[in-house]
Amino acid sequence: MQSTNWVPLFPEQASTFAWQVDLLYFYLIIVSIAFTIPVAAAIFFFAIKYRETEKFATPEEMHGSMVLETVWSIIPFVISMTIFLGGAIVFFNQFTPPEGAMNVYVVGKQWMWKLQHETGQREINELHIPVGRKVKLTMTTEDVLHDFSIPAFRTKADVVPGRYTYLWFEATKPGKYHLFCAEYCGLNHSGMGGYVYVMEQRDFDNWLSGSVSGQTPVEAGRDLFENKLGCASCHAGGPTQRGAMLEGIYNHEVKLVGGATVTADDQYIRNSILNPSSQIVEGFQPIMPTFKGQVTEEQLNSLVAYIKSLTPDAAAAASSVPTANTSNTAAPAGNTAAKPSANSNR
Amino acid sequence: MNAENVISSGYGGSKLNYITNGSTLKSWLLTKDHKRIAIMYLISVSGFFLMGGLYAATIRLELLTPASDLLESGTYNKVFTQHGILMIFFFLIPSIPAVLGNFLLPIMIGAKDLALPRINLLSLYFYWIGGGMTLFALMQGGIDTGWTFYTPYSTTFSNSFVMLVGLGIFVNGFSSILTGLNFIVTIHTMRAPGMTWFRMPLFVWAHYATSLVMILGTPVIAITILLLALERLGGVGIFDPAIGGDPILFQHLFWFYSHPAVYIMILPGMGVISELISNFSRKKIFGYEFIAFSSIAIAVFGFLVWGHHMFVSGQSIYAGLVFSFLTMVVAVPSAIKMFNWTATMYKGSVSYDTPMLYAIGFMGLFLIGGLTGLFLGAMGLVVHLTDTYFVVAHFHYVMVGGQVIAYLGGIHYWWPKMTGRMYSEFWGKISAMLVFVGFNLTFFPQFILGYQGMPRRYASYPEEFQVLNIFSTAGASVLGIGLLMPAVYLMHSLFFGRPAGDNPWMHPGLEWRTSSPPPTENFEVMPVVTWEAYEFGEESGMDIEAARRREAVIT
Repeated sequence: MQSTNWVPLFPEQASTFAWQVDLLYFYLIIVSIAFTIPVAAAIFFFAIKYRETEKFATPEEMHGSMVLETVWSIIPFVISMTIFLGGAIVFFNQFTPPEGAMNVYVVGKQWMWKLQHETGQREINELHIPVGRKVKLTMTTEDVLHDFSIPAFRTKADVVPGRYTYLWFEATKPGKYHLFCAEYCGLNHSGMGGYVYVMEQRDFDNWLSGSVSGQTPVEAGRDLFENKLGCASCHAGGPTQRGAMLEGIYNHEVKLVGGATVTADDQYIRNSILNPSSQIVEGFQPIMPTFKGQVTEEQLNSLVAYIKSLTPDAAAAASSVPTANTSNTAAPAGNTAAKPSANSNR
Repeated sequence: MNAENVISSGYGGSKLNYITNGSTLKSWLLTKDHKRIAIMYLISVSGFFLMGGLYAATIRLELLTPASDLLESGTYNKVFTQHGILMIFFFLIPSIPAVLGNFLLPIMIGAKDLALPRINLLSLYFYWIGGGMTLFALMQGGIDTGWTFYTPYSTTFSNSFVMLVGLGIFVNGFSSILTGLNFIVTIHTMRAPGMTWFRMPLFVWAHYATSLVMILGTPVIAITILLLALERLGGVGIFDPAIGGDPILFQHLFWFYSHPAVYIMILPGMGVISELISNFSRKKIFGYEFIAFSSIAIAVFGFLVWGHHMFVSGQSIYAGLVFSFLTMVVAVPSAIKMFNWTATMYKGSVSYDTPMLYAIGFMGLFLIGGLTGLFLGAMGLVVHLTDTYFVVAHFHYVMVGGQVIAYLGGIHYWWPKMTGRMYSEFWGKISAMLVFVGFNLTFFPQFILGYQGMPRRYASYPEEFQVLNIFSTAGASVLGIGLLMPAVYLMHSLFFGRPAGDNPWMHPGLEWRTSSPPPTENFEVMPVVTWEAYEFGEESGMDIEAARRREAVIT
């Protein structure tokens, strides 16, 4: 796709906001030309017309002009405000993740990208996605800063250790596009990249069923929760359990000891696993040990995905499979955790 | 200061000037003369510029081919890091203020020296110590964090000499602070009788604004480096999330200094250009007050836009909106300067001497540099452009196309004053044009590369980017030759150049009303200023007729 004999001036437009970014770019090019031509022409014209004809001449004195100063202050201001507004609108689209997107987990690591689909498929330095479907990446890193950048989609976002950042896009054109790490990350920074493959839905379904899926993040999370880490010994069991109720907690307000409230988002859940005593839920004792060093970033992603999938009804039937939780509308996880066969209906 | 005196006291008199007044090494190293300190800065800064330039040449050679074949990526990472650190901290920041500012600022306002001459010498020593530490670290194996030192890479993951370089920059920061402090005190207290604020050359105004940024901004980077050391050596969690820190905090602190530092690197250049445009058009500058206050406005707003380096860092959308808005506002004072410079040439008497060629080149390059700044302030667009070659091209247009070109223009303009000799005008013009052409050929293709998505700091890159990289490397060789030429003909002029006389350009600034090179105390008699800045008419007291007769003899 990318290889042509001619030097390409623009990367391909392959996402829904690529044209908006390009439009902004063309607008700015036009503004730049509209400024450059008159100013450059004036400089050349003055330099030639008023060139020195007599050594050490004393040209007529001239003072400034309030009118001119006002005009050439206001015009750039107004134009720069249009640029600001245009940029802000496009930015708002780029960084407001939509509801109901297909979720992909991304973990950066010197010097590779580890990705996992909601359906369990893992990829390294490659991302396969269907065309025409909103995709949301939940990203973090095991070590230093990275940046997940796809020029053909005109978007990128830093990946920051210790927190989640998000990126979303909707591909519009099947193809193979560059994936770069855009934030300097050390020795093999320029090798930390690969390709994004945008496929027709049918091809994507084939790809999904053709690759080893293993456990989905929700399944892996439940395994960790119930068996490996033993979270369930305190966080399950009904009204008498020692730890906070997790069912339906996701994206809801939680009252903390001390009166503050927080929204139980990905970041909060992650933080509660790693630094349990920093934000204690009201009515509970700070007895939970830290799991820092015991869970990998991927396992954290799985735990968050599992806790997301817990709904109040699920508390009753704790052992039911997560895909049955179709009644949960608040959390997109309920939909996107569906098996590939469900995707083909879209 | 009568007119006769200005013209007749030519070069070669028996009077001592600042160069001949003492010839021992000690008389240089322990001097309190701002002019000698400026010359020592000039030599040191040129050395760092040469080193930074060699690193740049290495980078361009490596990028000639897509694979990382000339250098391994680890070496490449060190090369671009050291290019950035040497150029920014040890060349661009001190270049115009410490060399031209040091030499000219006291003379331009009719003072004998800076207000605090010992502090001035101390600042030079801080610069040398900081530079020495950095050079030592480079010889030990260098540093690979990028000049931005982003955490947690710089604190936990990099095995290179981060702390030593950090210490070098820390010490060097005091050099900036002391210079800025000295300039502010000097401008407030040392102006000659009649030199009111609004009679000061715009070069002095620009340095006033720069000094404000230096003394307010530099302590922040010093504190940031200390915090970095505290974490790297003491294990205190400040920036590293593994021990409870926040890596984004580092970016805030770093850019809180480093964005204003960008204005340290361009405001003095704007001051030089104001001098050049006005003087070589032989006309009072258009909109003096607007240019003066736009410098102050840039300095103030410069402190409020640091977040535009962090649009994709995970910073909140609303913080981003504020930073984007303020960034757009900064465009206005820059535009005001641009328009006023252009208007100054209108109905002037424009000469094409070498410094003016540099000034015209500056206007062209700064226009592109400034306008592409708007691209990078527009949030929706900058997401795509962040950390690509578009950014690299933009800041080189501002830093090299702006500050370096202005610095070279200034060096050429004041060379006869500093040394008493004229350089070859022919070679000067050739080099000015080579620099302009080579610069554009080097960096314009990088805008296109950036929009295509080529990330910066890449030792190897996909093949489709190669054609433009070849253009860029070809341009860099032209630029390199253009930049090396002045080193040759300026050195040549020191020994074989024709004596310049006190006022070769017949310009009215105070610096042209003393001998070339100036005496240690700058003026034989304390000047009394009765004319406005850039006053070319009769009130200036210059004897144009005598100058014409002298010119006729030379030619």
